[in-house]
Amino acid sequence: MSQPLRWIAVLALGAVGAGLPARSNGDASPPAGAGPPAARESAGATALSGTIARVQPNVVKIYGAGGYRGMEAYQSGILISPQGHVLTAWSYVLDTEEIGVTLSDGRKFQGKLLGADPRLEIAVLKIEAAGVPWFDLSKAPAVEPGTRVLALSNLFGVAVGSEPVSVQHGTIAAKTRLAARRGVFETPYRGTVYVLDAVTNNPGAAGGALVTRRGELVALLGKELRNALNNTWLNYAVPIAELRESVEQIRAGKLATLRPDEPAVKVARPRSVEGLGIVLVPDVVERTPPFVDRVVEGSPAAAAGILPDDLVILVGDHLVPSCKALREELRRIDAEEKVKLTVLRAEEMLEFVLQASLSGRKEAP
Amino acid sequence: MTLSSAIAVVLFWAAGLAAAAGVPPEVPPEVLKAEAERIAVIEKAKDSVLAVFSAAGGGGGSGVVISADGYALSNFHVAMPTGPAMKCGMADGRLYDAVVVGLDPTGDVALVKLFGRDDFPHAELADSDQVRAGDSVFAMGNPFLLATDFQPTATWGIISGVHRYQFPAGTLLEYTDCLQTDASINPGNSGGPLFDARGRLIGINGRASFEKRGRVSVGAGYAISINQVRNFLGYLHSGRIVDHATLGATVGVDEERRLVVTDVLDTSDAYRRGLRYGDEVLAFGGRTVETPNAFKNVLGIFPKGWRVPLSYRRNGKRFDVLVRLAGVHSEDELLAKLSGRGPREPMPIPKPGELPIPAAKAKPAMPEIVRKHFDEKRGYANYYFNRLHRDRVWKAWNARGDFAGQDRTWLLAGTLARGDKFTLSVAGGQVVLSLPRGDVKWSVPEELGSALEPAGSGGLFAALSLWRRLAVEGLDKFGEVTYLGTAPWAGHPGLLDVLVGRHGGVECRYYFDVATGLLAGLEMAAHEHADPCELHFTEYRESDGRWTPRRIEVRCGDEPVADFKVDLFTVSRPDPP
Repeated sequence: MSQPLRWIAVLALGAVGAGLPARSNGDASPPAGAGPPAARESAGATALSGTIARVQPNVVKIYGAGGYRGMEAYQSGILISPQGHVLTAWSYVLDTEEIGVTLSDGRKFQGKLLGADPRLEIAVLKIEAAGVPWFDLSKAPAVEPGTRVLALSNLFGVAVGSEPVSVQHGTIAAKTRLAARRGVFETPYRGTVYVLDAVTNNPGAAGGALVTRRGELVALLGKELRNALNNTWLNYAVPIAELRESVEQIRAGKLATLRPDEPAVKVARPRSVEGLGIVLVPDVVERTPPFVDRVVEGSPAAAAGILPDDLVILVGDHLVPSCKALREELRRIDAEEKVKLTVLRAEEMLEFVLQASLSGRKEAP
Repeated sequence: MTLSSAIAVVLFWAAGLAAAAGVPPEVPPEVLKAEAERIAVIEKAKDSVLAVFSAAGGGGGSGVVISADGYALSNFHVAMPTGPAMKCGMADGRLYDAVVVGLDPTGDVALVKLFGRDDFPHAELADSDQVRAGDSVFAMGNPFLLATDFQPTATWGIISGVHRYQFPAGTLLEYTDCLQTDASINPGNSGGPLFDARGRLIGINGRASFEKRGRVSVGAGYAISINQVRNFLGYLHSGRIVDHATLGATVGVDEERRLVVTDVLDTSDAYRRGLRYGDEVLAFGGRTVETPNAFKNVLGIFPKGWRVPLSYRRNGKRFDVLVRLAGVHSEDELLAKLSGRGPREPMPIPKPGELPIPAAKAKPAMPEIVRKHFDEKRGYANYYFNRLHRDRVWKAWNARGDFAGQDRTWLLAGTLARGDKFTLSVAGGQVVLSLPRGDVKWSVPEELGSALEPAGSGGLFAALSLWRRLAVEGLDKFGEVTYLGTAPWAGHPGLLDVLVGRHGGVECRYYFDVATGLLAGLEMAAHEHADPCELHFTEYRESDGRWTPRRIEVRCGDEPVADFKVDLFTVSRPDPP
C-alpha cells in the first residue's frame, strides 16, 4: 500500500455534491402529498381546534402536596386576571408552602395562597406574572342542560411543562343541587352544580375549566366526589355564578389566610389553643392541618361542643390552614372576646362560639 | 351562535314541544345529514376491524387490516400471548387464520398477516401529525369481548391531546408521541384502530389511564400514532423483533429552561457528529424540541439504525447534523422481553364463569396455512417473511443488471473531482485504483475490518469489494444476508429497502430504491463505534442490458472522501491466475 495521506489528498478534491441536507421528519415518512411542516400546520386546523388552542393557555397546571395514588400531587387551575390570579379547587394539594403553577408556555411560578372558601371548595392563588391570558369571570354565561361543553384540565397529570392541557367533550346533563342529606356526598358544598356526561372526576382535573364550544367559561371542574350511598363518582362542575362573590371576597382580602403585612395587634391577654381546652395533633410537618386531638373536660371548647377529629377551618372569618396559623389567629383575640370557630366534621361545616374561660384560670401563652 | 349550539338549542326546544304535544320532534336536516355521514363512515370502517383471538379461541384484543393481501396491525401485548398463530374475526362474520410477521415490544406494535383472501377490506392510513385536539375520532374493536358475532364496537369522542408521552409500564409499552382521546378505550380495545371523522386510520389503541375504578375507561385513552407505525412498518415486515432507538445522549432542562445535553456517550454517533455535554438541543428528527418529553417523543418514533437530523447550539453557533440512532437493547435483552411474562396492560376481561387466561394451556396444532408461512429463528418473530423480502429485493435488483455467478473483474473508468482520470478494477480478491500519479493495490483480507484503506475513508476498497461480492455471489454464496426493513438514505427521497450482509467480520448495508430496485447506497461498518464508509450511487445508465451507476460519491463521517464520475463500466475477462 502506498502512503495513505497522499492518496486521500488526491481523492478528496472538492466537496461531494450530494450533500446531506437536513431531513425533516416529513421526509422520512411521507404520506402522499404531505407538504412542508408550515403548510401542514394550517391544513389540519379546524374552527374547534382553533377555539381550543385559544383558551388552553388560560388553564394552568398546579403542583403541591400529595404524591400518593388516590392523593396525587397535582391539579388544574384557571387564570382569572391579567396579573396572575388563579382560581382552583380547595384541596389537600394546596397544603404546602411550595405551590407550583406552570403556565401553558412552560414558565413556572410560585403560587401564593390568597385565600379559600372551604364551603365552596375553591381557592385563589396569586403568581407574580403580568400580561397572562385569563378568563373574565364577569362574562361567564349561565347555560342550560343540553349545552355541549369542553372540559380542559390536566387530568392524570398527562401534560408537563409547555404541553397543552387535555380536552374532553361532553354535554351538561343536568343542573341541580347536590343532595343536602348529610353523608351522601363527601363535600360541604350544597349549592348548584352542572352534572356532566364527560368523565371529569379524575385525578388532576379539579380546578379545570368547563367551556362552551365557543370557548366561553361556564363552570369550574369539581373534585373527585363520591356518592357515599351507592359508591358512584359524580362528574360535576360548579357554575361561575355560584363562585363570583366568594372570589371577589378572597381577592379583596376577606377570607384571607394569613396577614403577613399587618403587624400583630397588641392584645392584652391573647387567647390560646390550650386556654380554650383544645389539644391539637402534634405539629410535625410544615403546615399541619389543625385537627383536634382531644378536648379538655370542662373547657370552653367542651362546653361549646367541639369534638376530637374536628378540623378547625376558620377562626372568625379567617382561614387557618395550619396549627401555626390557628395559634397566630387566636393570639389576636383578647381573652374577654368570644371566639367563633368553624370546623369541618364528617364533611359538614359547623360553627361554634366559645365563651371566655369558665374556670378563669390563667391561660398559657 | 354556532351551528352546534344552535342544533342543541333547537333540539331541546323541539323536544320540549314534542313532549308536550306527544309528537315526535322534528330534527333539523343538518343534524340528520351529520348523523347519516357518521353512520356511513362507521359502516365502511368496521369492515377492516379485527377481533383477535389466540388459536385456542381465548383472550386477545383487536386489530385492523391495512392492505388488501391481509397485513394487519395490532398491539404487541395482544399478539404475544397468542403465539405465532392466531385467529381474527371480521365484520363479515368469518374467522380468518393469521400469523405473526413482526413485533415491536417497546413500542407495543405487532404486524400480522391474515390468510384466505387477496381482497381484504383495509383501512387507509392518514397523517397523524395533522390531528388536533378537538378533532372528532372513533375507536373500533372488541372491548369486553362483547363482539360474539365479530361486529366491532364503535366508541366516539375527540382528541384530547397530541404528542403525548406515557411512561413505560415496566420496561415495555412506552407510548411516545401518542394520541390521547376521550373516546372509550377499554380492555379488549387494545390493538384496534383509532379513526378520524373520515374513517382514516390515525392510531392504534393500546393504553388508558386507569385508577380508582379499576380497568374501565375514565375518559383518557392513548393510541400509538400511525406515523410512528409507518416508520417501523418496513422493519416489522422484515419479520424481526424490532428495537427502538437511542441517541447515546440524555437531555434535561437547565435553569434558563433551555433543553441541554446532560450526558453523551463518547462511543455514540452523536458524539462523533460533535455533540457535547452542555450543548443546547434545538431540533431533533425535524421537530423543534423544548422539553425532555418532546425529545423522548421524537426518539420513540424511529427504529434503531435510522439516520435523523439533529440541530444543536454551542456558544451561539448552530450545528445541523445527521446522527445514526443506536439500539436501546442488546439482542438478548430484546429476546428476554419476548419470553417473559406478558405485560399487564389493558387485558381482556374474562366472561363471568370463565377463568382468567392461564399461563400454560394445551397448544392446538398450528393450522397448515400458518405453518407454511412461519419459520422460527432466533431474534425473529417470523423469519419466513425476512426471506420473502430479502428474495424480493434481490430479484428486483438482479432484474436491473445480472452479474450473478460471473467471476469477472469490474472495470470502472472516469474522472475525479479535479479532473484527474482514474480507473478502478474490482475483482474477487483485489481492488486496484489507478491514478495519474500511480496505482494502489489492495488485496481482500480475511478480516475486512483490519484493512480499511485508504485511511480516512472508513474502508473504501473493502466497501467496493463487498458491492461487487453481493452482485456476483448472490444471496446464497455471499455469506449471511438478511432483510432489515426500510430506512431513509441521505439525498434520496422516501424510504429504501435495506439488505444487511455480513462477511469478513464486517456488516454492510445495501439501500435499494423501492420503485426502481436499483442500489442507491451502501454503508460498510467495520466497527460499531466508528463511522462507516458510505458509497452513494447515482446517475444510473443502461448498457449491455445492465444498469450501472455513473457517479459514486464516497463519504466517511462528515467528510467527503471521493467523487467518482464513471464514464465507462465494463466487466472484463476473468482474472489472470
